[in-house]
Amino acid sequence: MPAESLWLIVLGCGAATFVWRALGVAVVKRIDAQGDFFQWITCVSYAMVAGLVFRMIIMPESELASVSLPIRVSAVVIAFAAYFLFSRRLVAGVLAGGLSLSTLVHFFS
Amino acid sequence: MVSGNGSVVRKALLDALSLPAFILFFTMMGFGSLARGAGFGADMAVVASLLIWGLPGQLAMVELTSTGQGIAAVMFACSLANARFLPMVVSFVPALARGQASLPRRLLDAQLLSINSWAVCMREFPHIEPEFRHRYYVTFASSILFAAAMGTLIGYYGAILLPAVMVLGLIFVSPLFFALVLSAVNGHAERFSMIFGCATVVLANYLFPSFDLLITGVVGGSLGFVAGKFWKPRNAG
Repeated sequence: MPAESLWLIVLGCGAATFVWRALGVAVVKRIDAQGDFFQWITCVSYAMVAGLVFRMIIMPESELASVSLPIRVSAVVIAFAAYFLFSRRLVAGVLAGGLSLSTLVHFFS
Repeated sequence: MVSGNGSVVRKALLDALSLPAFILFFTMMGFGSLARGAGFGADMAVVASLLIWGLPGQLAMVELTSTGQGIAAVMFACSLANARFLPMVVSFVPALARGQASLPRRLLDAQLLSINSWAVCMREFPHIEPEFRHRYYVTFASSILFAAAMGTLIGYYGAILLPAVMVLGLIFVSPLFFALVLSAVNGHAERFSMIFGCATVVLANYLFPSFDLLITGVVGGSLGFVAGKFWKPRNAG
């Protein structure tokens, strides 16, 4: 594909994403931050973000798909155990989870 | 409560460097190498990370371009994959407590937002004095944006080659980080929404894979919202 078309795609995709951000800015001016509508939108964001994360772990489209589900779930359990064990330190949870996934893949697949 | 320009900037940099900057660096390395495979230039890949600034949309762009889709189809898919920015911006702006700012400034704030800064700021804002939140956000968001741009470039040139098992561990770190951050979110409605969101995404992905996140947000969020309403009176009483 010629460079001009690829640049067009990059800029077009940037604009296509920006539309949602700008819409958000437009909408937020018109709503009451204490009202039900705002609370509902907040719920929608949390549901979307949690759904996205859940999908990344349970039904990954990345290279993670090559890792079996039991290994992925075990690594998540280990991560949460380490997180709570080390008084809710994110670094501890993430390190334990990432390392245990690599280790489990190395030995079991 | 954190306040003062110096300490809020320091906190933002420390919070960014403690994990999110590295996570974005490695995640965007993956994007950089995919972008190269799809025929994009290094400059294009970096501009894509800076402008789109949302991985699902960036991946949609690369995948559809490499399968030879037209520009309209690519833009549509990218836009759809990043539609979460609408509710995210709406829920984020009041928490940012910026008061009166000009439209270009508000749009710039919205452009800087990513799932990382959203999740981390929603977690940290209660501990930061309202007048310093914007400084925290901008410092945090621009440092991880910088890390993402560097990651894209290094991934594009394949400068760091890691063993495959380690790469898997690094890819896994990103969803893990969000799962841990989200587990600390307070509020019944928010918690219910996340649980319903996880349940909905499985079904939505099976039935309507292209629209799964939109459906997840609307269905899971609405169920969570209603559940939160029902839960409150019992607790308040």
